[in-house]
Amino acid sequence: MTDLEIAKFFAGIFILLGAFLSLVTAFGLIRLPDVYTRNHAASKSATLGVMFVLLGTFIYFYFVENHFNSRLLLGIAFILLTSPVAGHLIGRAAYNSGVKPTDLTVQDDLATAKKTLAAMDQQK
Amino acid sequence: MAFQILLNFILAFVWMFLKTSYSPASFFVGYLLGLLIIYMFRRFFHTRFYLLRVVAVLNLLYIFLRELLLSNIAVLKVILRPKLNIRPAIFALPTELKEDWEITVLANLITLTPGTLVIDVSPDNKILYVHAMDVSDIDEAIQGIKNTFEKAIMEVSR
Repeated sequence: MTDLEIAKFFAGIFILLGAFLSLVTAFGLIRLPDVYTRNHAASKSATLGVMFVLLGTFIYFYFVENHFNSRLLLGIAFILLTSPVAGHLIGRAAYNSGVKPTDLTVQDDLATAKKTLAAMDQQK
Repeated sequence: MAFQILLNFILAFVWMFLKTSYSPASFFVGYLLGLLIIYMFRRFFHTRFYLLRVVAVLNLLYIFLRELLLSNIAVLKVILRPKLNIRPAIFALPTELKEDWEITVLANLITLTPGTLVIDVSPDNKILYVHAMDVSDIDEAIQGIKNTFEKAIMEVSR
């Protein structure tokens, strides 16, 4: 097996893995019961899926076309930094606008914390 | 830390001027010699030798990527299981970190950990509210992971 074939092999593996992860994310969005659990699927699997696809593309262009595309690397870094923040903000916005978690939820410390805060406000 | 890096650059430039050769190679040699000098004079600086902190940052990056992979496998397992038997919960996590950027990094790390997602940060920056996908086995394991994360972040900021 030549170097070129090995590079192509890895590029293919990464792109297929990325596509698979994105597919599983889509399944998760359909199957999971509420906003917060769906957020788990969307903010983790989608991140890694897109990163894998970009990495596979980068490997292909670098080894097959001899073209070092730094924008793909920047894209990977930006996605890694921004998608957990996006997941956090969506979860927070949902919670603050009163979206109830699913009935499976066992424990909710944030609700009790907010209640005590409101009670303290009333006492003042 | 920034001061030590700047000093190292200046030493590298001094080396280039001494050699009167302005190539990247001589800059690199000068940088390595400057690193040696800064290491020998490390007791005159207020902060630690800066290479230690660079190593700590690399360690943090390694933890970040490892957790990303592990969390994906965990979420994959939950989604592809035929029956959904998850028990989500929102629990409070007290943190000792003070600076804003430290808390941001910790929140990002937690969000990329298996089955946890930061929902809110309390107004006084002391408690993070974390949504966990499955509370039964995770609650204690999470505390352990948090300790390693907080430690790794403190290692950088110390």
